[in-house]
Amino acid sequence: MALATFKGGIHPPDKKELSKNAPITEAKSPQRVVVPLSQHLGAPCKPIVSIGQEVKKGELIGEPGGFVSAPVHSSVSGKVIAIGEFPNAMGRMVNSIVIENDGKEEWTSLKDNPDYLKLSPEELKEKIKAAGIVGMGGAAFPTMVKLSPPKEKPIDTVIINGAECEPYLTADYRLMLERPSDIIEGLKVLMKILGINKGFIGIENNKPDAVEKMKAAAKNEPNIKVCELEVKYPQGAEKMLIKAVTDREVPPRALPMDVGVVVQNVGTAVAVYEAARYGKPLIERVVTVTGEGINKPSNLMVKIGTMISDLIEQCGGFKGEAGKVVSGGPMMGFAVSTLDVAVTKGTSGILVIPEEGVTHAEDFGPCIRCGRCIDICAMGLMPSMLSILSEKGRYEEAKEYNLFDCFECGSCAFVCPSKRPIVQLIRLAKSQTKP
Amino acid sequence: MEATKKEHELIVTVSPHIKSEETTSRIMWSVNISLLPAVLMGAYFFGPKAVITIALSIISAVLAEYVFQKGMNRKVAINDGSAFLTGLLLGMNLPASVPFYIPIIGSFVAVVITKQLFGGLGFNVFNPALIGRAFLLISFPKLMTIWTTPEAAFVAFDAKTTATPLGILKEEGLSKLIEIFGDKINLYMELLKGHRAGSIGETSAIALLIGAAFLLFRRYITWHIPVSFLGTAALMAWVFGGKNPETGNMLFFTGDPIIHLLSGGILLGAFFMATDYVTCPSVKKGQIIFGIGCGFLTMLIRLKGGFPEGVMFAILIMNCFAPIIDRGFKTNIFGALKIKESKK
Repeated sequence: MALATFKGGIHPPDKKELSKNAPITEAKSPQRVVVPLSQHLGAPCKPIVSIGQEVKKGELIGEPGGFVSAPVHSSVSGKVIAIGEFPNAMGRMVNSIVIENDGKEEWTSLKDNPDYLKLSPEELKEKIKAAGIVGMGGAAFPTMVKLSPPKEKPIDTVIINGAECEPYLTADYRLMLERPSDIIEGLKVLMKILGINKGFIGIENNKPDAVEKMKAAAKNEPNIKVCELEVKYPQGAEKMLIKAVTDREVPPRALPMDVGVVVQNVGTAVAVYEAARYGKPLIERVVTVTGEGINKPSNLMVKIGTMISDLIEQCGGFKGEAGKVVSGGPMMGFAVSTLDVAVTKGTSGILVIPEEGVTHAEDFGPCIRCGRCIDICAMGLMPSMLSILSEKGRYEEAKEYNLFDCFECGSCAFVCPSKRPIVQLIRLAKSQTKP
Repeated sequence: MEATKKEHELIVTVSPHIKSEETTSRIMWSVNISLLPAVLMGAYFFGPKAVITIALSIISAVLAEYVFQKGMNRKVAINDGSAFLTGLLLGMNLPASVPFYIPIIGSFVAVVITKQLFGGLGFNVFNPALIGRAFLLISFPKLMTIWTTPEAAFVAFDAKTTATPLGILKEEGLSKLIEIFGDKINLYMELLKGHRAGSIGETSAIALLIGAAFLLFRRYITWHIPVSFLGTAALMAWVFGGKNPETGNMLFFTGDPIIHLLSGGILLGAFFMATDYVTCPSVKKGQIIFGIGCGFLTMLIRLKGGFPEGVMFAILIMNCFAPIIDRGFKTNIFGALKIKESKK
């Protein structure tokens, strides 16, 4: 049987072998954490603590600044020592709360409620909202918002995204191996909230052991199906995943909810389960620290607000000269200019590319119109035209080629034989014109 | 600790942070290599003169590119193999007998006028090698149509003709062509081998097909243009190519498509020249239209035009249409069809 997938896509070397066999281990609790008040798409949080105040682990320190927003909590117990602007992975300055860790790991009161599935959808939703859960695949869209579709857009399917199509990253893979039943429970909570009985878990079939584990965990769940997907980037992009699993196509500029689907990442499902059962806020996540430039590739359970430099140190430091350090995966992640950047709810990996592994972007040639980017674009765009028009400053014309439907997966720039910085040119065009 | 980190300069660029190993020059050199079998067969049949012609063509093409780029203060990019390829293709499209200045003039027209003056690699409208050849054909019509018999030292061949199979087909008809080659099967075999008069690199069908298979296998080209090009030509040759031996009038559905596919430059054109990335449409659907146009025009010229061969002009004419074909056959954006359906 042909595996479910979408049209287009690429096959970058997956390099997951570097870290796939490293079990998730607890990262060392850092001396201090820098918790950004904006870790999600949407309005930043308002700080509700003041300098000098003692906080416990899991205590609310930032209130959501609007409907599309999510609260933030302290990931350690200790004392607030500063509130100010710190750089995030994208290089922007973000208002953040700095907490000195007292090492006591004192929690706010957590209550185990094994009957969490008996709670009403409203109560469950409230718990997810309070826990500050956002999409943990990278985009960090507040989960609460996805679970509140308008009445005219009924949802009938939830898909858990276990594709993890970004090369190198193994955080979701390890979660599927180590905590399959928690993922299933999280999915059940999501299905309960939305009042539906169709749940899928989509996994690329280069992770057969994860597929097995998830199938075993879902054995007694007639409403949950594990769906094996073809290995192809960007299989984990929402629209591509929905197409592969349900054969529905999300129209241009529309949202998954327009075709009745909600997609949540594997890590998010675990966070949902923990929030529903224990009331545990999202204060830690699995981060894959990997790449040819790091001595000990690992999968770490990291407290939000931990500095990248702390993680690098724990993983044995750089192997040789580090050329690039990327927050996220190699296809869509952000190269950071400093290691003093905090891990946020959306940080799925830290990738260290050694000096010799860096492809220099300034050395690109003209477009030879080979059409490779057109053949592989998962969105059916013509990246070659977009890049040429952007290069010439003809941004308005680029809109005729559906500029704003590009979600910058980077496949075009990957295959380009002239090594053109297509994503960069597309971003430039987007910034110079309006949709 | 803090200090050592600060010393370190990290490189910051936009994603993606990994790139495929494919490069423009690797593609160009692969195409050059794929033409090697046909060049060897050309050298075998037409002797040292053929090798000299091709070599002159390549050297002058690369030199022209170097001098132009140096003179214009542009980055010298002769290593990317594209000027080499232009020279190679031009040389393969010349009769072995041409005097030394012909490939030199042709390469200059191809590289400087057709490619560099339009902005260099990626910006030329026409296939450079074909413009070079068209220029030569119009400027030196005599020299460009003297076809020596294939007669490498160790090949005994007593054919006296100096016309190409397509020329004979046009002027004297199919029966004469078969008469020259003995019988039909022998005619096909000789055409496959390339044992016939013609341009240096176009004669050996089998060598060209080997090169084409390599390019298809490596996915440097796809089937779309060659199949639609050759398919259209074959269909037209079958439908309109037949003649009543008595009256000479057209006899429908009696043409011989195989002779048309194995003669002239159609294989070289369909696999190696019409597929030139820069001058063909980028979208697959558009490529099929492009190929059909090439096939149609080739056969129109062969059957009704003043020249026995039409591949060159067919591709050049379709080159003009490539940008507009691309505009007309934009790709379907993901999910767009669903919108149309729901509107119905």
